[in-house]
Amino acid sequence: MTAPVIELTGLTKTYNIGTPVETEVLHGLDLSLMEGEFAALIGPSGSGKSTLLNIIGLLERPTGGRLAFAGRNTATLPEAEITQLRGRSIGFVFQFHHLLPAFSALENVMMPAIIAHGAPSDALEATALQLLDAVGLKAHAYKKPGELSGGQQQRVAIARALALKPRLILADEPTGNLDTRTADDIFALLREFNRDSHCACLIVTHDPRLAARCDRVIRLVDGRIADDLPTA
Amino acid sequence: MKLRLPFAPLVALRFLREGRMQTLLILAGTAGGVAVIVFLTQLITQLQAQIVDRVLGSQAHVVIRPLEEANLRAIDDPAFATLIEPRAQRLRSIDQWENVARLAADMPGVTAVSPMATGPAFALRGQASKSVALMGVDPTLYRRIVRMDEYMLSGRFAVEGPRAVIGTELAKDLGIGLEDKLRVMLPNGRDELLQVGGIFDIGNKDLNRRWVFVTLPLAQSLLDLPGGVSSLDLTVADIFEAQALADRLKGATGLTVDSWMQTNAQLLAALRNQTVSNNLIRSFVVIIVALGIASVLVVSVVQKQKEIGILRAMGASRAMILQVFLIQGSLVGAVGSVIGSLLAFGLLQTFSAIYRNADGTPLFSAELEPRFILMAALVATSVGLASALIPARRAARMDPVQAIRS
Repeated sequence: MTAPVIELTGLTKTYNIGTPVETEVLHGLDLSLMEGEFAALIGPSGSGKSTLLNIIGLLERPTGGRLAFAGRNTATLPEAEITQLRGRSIGFVFQFHHLLPAFSALENVMMPAIIAHGAPSDALEATALQLLDAVGLKAHAYKKPGELSGGQQQRVAIARALALKPRLILADEPTGNLDTRTADDIFALLREFNRDSHCACLIVTHDPRLAARCDRVIRLVDGRIADDLPTA
Repeated sequence: MKLRLPFAPLVALRFLREGRMQTLLILAGTAGGVAVIVFLTQLITQLQAQIVDRVLGSQAHVVIRPLEEANLRAIDDPAFATLIEPRAQRLRSIDQWENVARLAADMPGVTAVSPMATGPAFALRGQASKSVALMGVDPTLYRRIVRMDEYMLSGRFAVEGPRAVIGTELAKDLGIGLEDKLRVMLPNGRDELLQVGGIFDIGNKDLNRRWVFVTLPLAQSLLDLPGGVSSLDLTVADIFEAQALADRLKGATGLTVDSWMQTNAQLLAALRNQTVSNNLIRSFVVIIVALGIASVLVVSVVQKQKEIGILRAMGASRAMILQVFLIQGSLVGAVGSVIGSLLAFGLLQTFSAIYRNADGTPLFSAELEPRFILMAALVATSVGLASALIPARRAARMDPVQAIRS
């Protein structure tokens, strides 16, 4: 039951190749993330957390090494397939929710499915409503993001990340700009979906309290994995 | 019932709606441009058609005449110095005119042929004598060359026996009316007493003073052209094909063949210049509208950077993003052309109510031809699409990571 969703071997990332400011940000990482795993990625700023998250999220391509997503080597996939894989198999939760301000909460949650299927449908709307219900926002389905509180916006973002039942959820400081109580709520929500849908979760966080509540904590320092330990 | 738009138009519409002020401004610009183009095109097309119609109202599209007579050298030797005097052109008939008329009538594009025997004469009454052109015609055939029935003030355009049709100025000059008599006298000494069967006003005082219509046989005998005609008048289906047709007829008959386009070369040149300047104005308006749409979309792409990044992170392909912006451009063009056409219609209504002819009728009609609306819609939509190309490609090439981070 525990197949790796993500497998990194000797992964490197270098920016500004061939210029005087060439910098290697990640220096050969080996890392794998299993199905159903709930891991925290911690580390000081500038340690390469965001870069790593973008590479795992197939938003950026690594410079060297191998990145396999569900057993497939992504280096050989063409751009269009990468985009499709990203849309259908990975759910993103960003620090600043990144909802589309022109669309209602419901439409935001539907958006990944609209992109995948080409157009909205009643079935997609029903699913999206269920998801909103699950994050406790059914009553706010037709409000625009601007009319929601920070916590509510982040819940919508989580519902959106879950819309296509992805195999991997990547969250970049999902509770970063929320108060402690709301942060706990959001975290609990992610945890709950991880248990229910058995997707892998990788959460970047600065909050040691939240990291301690994950199954596993990966600490990144200066582009290298300093330690990778299961929590007690 | 909910309208379910596919991804690209859905997002395009929302983006347009979100950028309210920008969208309104660019729509206003496009609509204004379309209105100017449609209004100008409709106006100039109408006025030109009217001018051509008025000019052709009193003349044949193509006229066939006998070849001019020329003196030839009897001895063609360059060693002899010769002086060739141009010959005076006497009134002659077209040789075998029935055959020529048949040939012309069979020519594709020719819709009517009318023979005419015409020559100079004097119209006399009491002490007054006026120089006129005696026109011997077959009224049934001539009606298809010049729509005389529309110009009749009194009586009918029907010549028979000694009954003639004259212009209103001549009637005034001679002080005669319907059913009155007048005498015509020809340079060869022949004369005839005519009875006025109809009076016309063709809209040109000079012609109203000169034209005297009689039957073809009467004119033939008065002009010493027994059985002959001095010209053949032709009507053609496409008036702007008249010159080509005249050239073909000239080749086939070897006679002198003139089209209205030669006779009115100056008018045609003026119309052509007007069309050129109209096209110039239209091109500039199109360019300005295109630049407007493009610049607003370029700004919009920058503003929507984050949204584009989010959509790309959620699996939207470059092609999808490209479509979103291309649709925005064409939508602006399409909606702009609808508003613009309405504006043009309003302009036409207003102007046709204000500007009137000397006789009080509107200078141009207020109607807008559907083909111009269609043209405007097509042009505006494709201009919108084309001007969206650069911004859309920029949006599609955007790096999602950079876009989200900003």
